[in-house]
Amino acid sequence: MAKEKIVEKEAKAEKKEEEGIAEAAEKPSEEAELLAEGLAEQTPEEALESAAAEASPIAPKKEEIEPQESHISKQVKSISFSILSPKLIKDMASAKIVTPELYDKEGYPVDGGLMDIRLGVIDPGLRCKTCGSKLKECIGHFGYIELARPIIHIKFVNIIMTLLKATCRDCGRILIPKNKLSRYKEILDEVEKERGIEARRDKIKDVITNLKTINKCPNCKARQKKITLEKPTTFIEEEKRISPIEIRTRLEKIPDEDTLLFGLHAPHVRPEWMVLTLLPIPPVTMRPSITLESGERSEDDLTHKLGDIVRINQRLFENINAGAPEIIVEDLWDLLQYHVTTYFDNEIAQLPPARHRSGQPLKTLTERIKSKEGRIRHNLAGKRTNFCARTVISPDPMLELNEVGVPNIIAMKLTVPERVTAWNREYLKKFVEMGPKKYPGANYIIRPDGKKKKITDETKEASLEEIQPGYTVERHLMDGDIAVFNRQPSLHRMSMMCHRVKVLPGKTLRLNPAVCHPYNADFDGDEMNLHIPQTEEARAEAEILMEVQTQLISVRYGLSIIGCVQDAISGNYLLTKNMELSKNEAIDLLAAVGIDNFSKLPRKEKVDGKEVFSALIPDDFNFTGKTRENEEVTIKDGKLVEGYMDRANLGEGSGLLLRNMHKRYGKAFTIDLLGKIFRLGIEVLLRNGFSSVISDTDLPENARLKIKETLDNARKEVDHLISEFKDNKLDAFPGKTLQESLELRILEVLNKARNETGKIVEDFADQGSHTMIMAKSGARGNLLNLAQMAACVGQQAMRGKRIEKGFAERTLSSYKRMDLSSEARGFISNGFKTGLTPTEFYFGSMTGRDSLMDTALRTPKSGYLYRRLANAMQDLKVEYDGSVRDSSNRIIQFDYGEDGIDVSKSEKGLINVKRIVKSVG
Amino acid sequence: MGEYADKLPKKMLDDLRDYLEKKGKVNESKLKKILDTAVDEYNNARVQAGESVGLISAESIGEPGTQMTLNTFHFAGVMEMNVTLGLPRIIEILDGRKELQTPSMEIYLKQPYSKGKDIREFALALKETKLSDIALEFSISLIDSEIEVKLDKEKMKSLNINNSYVISSIGKQVKGFNAKDNKDSILLRMKSKEESVNEVYRAKEKIKDVHIKGVKGISQVLPVKRGEEYLIMTSGSNLADVLQLEGVDHYRTTTNNVDEIREILGIEAARQSIINEVFKVIENQGFNVDIRHIMLVADTMCVSGAVKGITRYGVVSEKASALARASFETPIKHIINAALIGEIDNLNSVVENVMLNQVVPIGTGMTDLIMKPKNGKN
Repeated sequence: MAKEKIVEKEAKAEKKEEEGIAEAAEKPSEEAELLAEGLAEQTPEEALESAAAEASPIAPKKEEIEPQESHISKQVKSISFSILSPKLIKDMASAKIVTPELYDKEGYPVDGGLMDIRLGVIDPGLRCKTCGSKLKECIGHFGYIELARPIIHIKFVNIIMTLLKATCRDCGRILIPKNKLSRYKEILDEVEKERGIEARRDKIKDVITNLKTINKCPNCKARQKKITLEKPTTFIEEEKRISPIEIRTRLEKIPDEDTLLFGLHAPHVRPEWMVLTLLPIPPVTMRPSITLESGERSEDDLTHKLGDIVRINQRLFENINAGAPEIIVEDLWDLLQYHVTTYFDNEIAQLPPARHRSGQPLKTLTERIKSKEGRIRHNLAGKRTNFCARTVISPDPMLELNEVGVPNIIAMKLTVPERVTAWNREYLKKFVEMGPKKYPGANYIIRPDGKKKKITDETKEASLEEIQPGYTVERHLMDGDIAVFNRQPSLHRMSMMCHRVKVLPGKTLRLNPAVCHPYNADFDGDEMNLHIPQTEEARAEAEILMEVQTQLISVRYGLSIIGCVQDAISGNYLLTKNMELSKNEAIDLLAAVGIDNFSKLPRKEKVDGKEVFSALIPDDFNFTGKTRENEEVTIKDGKLVEGYMDRANLGEGSGLLLRNMHKRYGKAFTIDLLGKIFRLGIEVLLRNGFSSVISDTDLPENARLKIKETLDNARKEVDHLISEFKDNKLDAFPGKTLQESLELRILEVLNKARNETGKIVEDFADQGSHTMIMAKSGARGNLLNLAQMAACVGQQAMRGKRIEKGFAERTLSSYKRMDLSSEARGFISNGFKTGLTPTEFYFGSMTGRDSLMDTALRTPKSGYLYRRLANAMQDLKVEYDGSVRDSSNRIIQFDYGEDGIDVSKSEKGLINVKRIVKSVG
Repeated sequence: MGEYADKLPKKMLDDLRDYLEKKGKVNESKLKKILDTAVDEYNNARVQAGESVGLISAESIGEPGTQMTLNTFHFAGVMEMNVTLGLPRIIEILDGRKELQTPSMEIYLKQPYSKGKDIREFALALKETKLSDIALEFSISLIDSEIEVKLDKEKMKSLNINNSYVISSIGKQVKGFNAKDNKDSILLRMKSKEESVNEVYRAKEKIKDVHIKGVKGISQVLPVKRGEEYLIMTSGSNLADVLQLEGVDHYRTTTNNVDEIREILGIEAARQSIINEVFKVIENQGFNVDIRHIMLVADTMCVSGAVKGITRYGVVSEKASALARASFETPIKHIINAALIGEIDNLNSVVENVMLNQVVPIGTGMTDLIMKPKNGKN
């Protein structure tokens, strides 16, 4: 595994060499030594030996464990970066590429061509000449080409420039006098520590200009010439071009101790390696060709580019050998430089990008790594998984909160591996016998050597015979299996929670509507993903750390994030506010919820709703809280004595009742109770009926008159303000112009009017109407919505102001210019039930569009902010001493949050001292 | 209670003390019992080692961010000023920007000003006056390369300044002129002879910006009554100069510019300012985010001793691992630089291990299990 990654990386970033500890032994002794020194690393064998010999109880921090079984994978402990030296390029290569041809007439890869089978195989049936393995087994091998003339590596142009400018053109020493070197070294180290490696290089330039040594070498007194860079890759020294050969010899002259000053750490890095003499050829496995339907081969972009390089390189060789005129050689050389440059990066500003015949630019090395779709963010930091499913979701309140309903079809495709032992052999055989088409069956068996066998009707018998301890059966998903459920965007950890599988008929994934809030899901076509953990560790972690009940309390603010929603709130509100049931009805209700002990119900004919609700609550529970309307709620000894249930107590975010339950009885109890309360609410509505009607918004005649009067008065007042403004009688607010002051006053008047109509609606609307109940209990909607329907929609505001855009000095052509009246500037005096006038409707859609735009513009901005935050802070963790540290062990906080309290274990960030005192007595 | 000071956080002890005082007398043994339960509760509520607090904080701020408004709104009240709020403001703070969209200050005052005495005058004296504010016209005579500044006498009177004061201000701030008082105007002549026309024009623009009176950078002032006290809100910010004014309560006066606070009051103050500012925005938008999350963000920005933004130039550039840096932005640059230095990535943080399909050293992955097999293999 490790090796594969490393090789791939090397190829991609081209000039980087990375190595894991597993390979340390194979490295040239010099490098291995350095690694051992820097990291106190040992090869696996050594590590084991020393551990055994010393038998010391304190093992080195990270011990390499010798893989004893095939499934123990090697671990990469560190990766070191450096530049490939020509020697290393040659050493790691398994083929020298000499011809641009790819295949011969038979379609077989040419020896010494770019698809040489010594570089790995991409055709089924062929074997790799280097390692002898087949397709998919061979990870590919590097090759190299010898460049006829040195070529400048485009990615190192800037540092080469710095080196050339800051060192002597004769003796290669840095242009700082010897006696001052140590002092400047300190300064440079300081700069690097503070502002990074790039600042260091800039500083060197500064130092040299300030020392006035730019013209004369302080070491050998040679005169220095001015060097300029003609982008992208041409260096000019006083009008004369410096050839890459010359550049290379100059770089060679720089001694190791001077390169250190530039932050180049020899012997990992020698400056002359930045001018290429050998070019590594990446293995074919990272540039596979695709065979089209027509049988034609389509080569990868990289292969195309490499073909260009090899072709021009060969031409250059021939011309040089034939003694062609200098100008032709130079031209070819430049062409080769262009091809090598675009091979590394095809988006260099000064160069035309290399293109396909179709005209679309080639995707070369840099483009492969870069950006969201590049290797790093797309393949390395983000991965794809098997054993997952995705479909539309729909609600099912009869599921428990921590269950997920999985359709049959999905349950027969997703599997759980179970290891066969002597004890469960018969049990697992039953699955195999059912086969893949009957539920619950099994899809595959895995032999101890790792071979996977599909179960079909034909192989079923053989498989059954074969099964014995050590085998693994991949059986269908069953009730109670562990699954991770997720909805994008996964903005917080509650977006991915662990549920228990419940296999159900139908074709959608089902979830309890109470868990919609943490996922931010609704059922207007949302889709969600389901993952099935495949190992014991994964299942254990999912169950212990991610299951729904462990996420009841938000880590964001320390209150419950899962609570009752919608109908469940209205139902409980109705039940506990003032409902009377017969004993039979009460028992029926409780039984439907899943309660079988009715002893808590009082022994009388008529039962109060509060008493039915109390039947769910444990006897020793005490609670005092407030309703939304600030009335007392008291639960005493498990009985709801005062108040009623609404969103303030049951809902998410605010639900203090639930928070207290959680604290007292733990997560398992709370989630069970929450499920029951939820179902109780729904059952109540089911039995009584609950629907919202247009007539809910009907108002009596006098109320309508009152509303009309309020609106008329407001309109008059606005007109009055406008006329005052026109007569210049209005006072301006400090710091505001007259116009602004007028606007503010008008807004105030109109808002007041709207609020008054809201009041009237509240007073006159039928208090028992279902719309009103929804608003009051907090289940859905609010009084403002009701008022907007029944009376008046109100002022449409954009950017905190009345609408003013549109035509010259007016909002719509229906109005006169400079009309400042309320209706001309977006005040909607009709309600939704009466209907809007065309102009009102238009204003309404203006603000609607505005808010849509706001959302569309906000999403990427906040997404980027989030990505930055997550990236900057992802490796902060709490250490055993309670301090918060980052990955380099730097202390960020001495005690997390200054008191070390975990928000999810607190109550809104605090610890409730009142309860502590009470609990003591 | 004193002996529990190092076992319980201060806030919790204070809460307990307040509550018990309200409740009346509690005897010794009961108090001890209460405190011991409190210690138990506290220890139970502590974070577990390995908890990935950084990511939790990032989530807690990032998630409500998706719901915040994008618009700049003024405060709800009728008379107050425009201040950037919502998502743009959060981005501004976390970027560690030095130039704000709407810099503003809250200037608290000492007695008697805080009771409202001369509050208007005090406020107006803060407001910056530039030459262009008191000038009616700037005209250039090309022949003598002279600039004539016509002055608005009325305005000058209300601001209580005279011509010689203006001349001396110009002289102090723009060099190279001979100024002549012409009663209604001021004549400025270039000292050096051969000045090009362009030069004169440039000088004219420079002169317009000459600071005459008030505090530099304060463009608007507004006295506000908050509770029993008067204070001055400004748009534009200049903490250094305001703090030196007589009558300003320099303990409480503050600006919304974090960088200014860092410069004048130091990094700890800057950290607190980040916390306050971010919290203010989140609260204003009606979201509920625990202060600990904001603290952690502020601390990551400030650990190095300077305010570093959460950007590729700031906090992220300080990461130890080249791969972690490369996974954020500009991957090529980071990898090239790592290669030049010969950097060694010890795979201590999260992304690198994700890249290599290895266990992440955080949370449950933080522990290493070492087994020493007896007699060789099993």
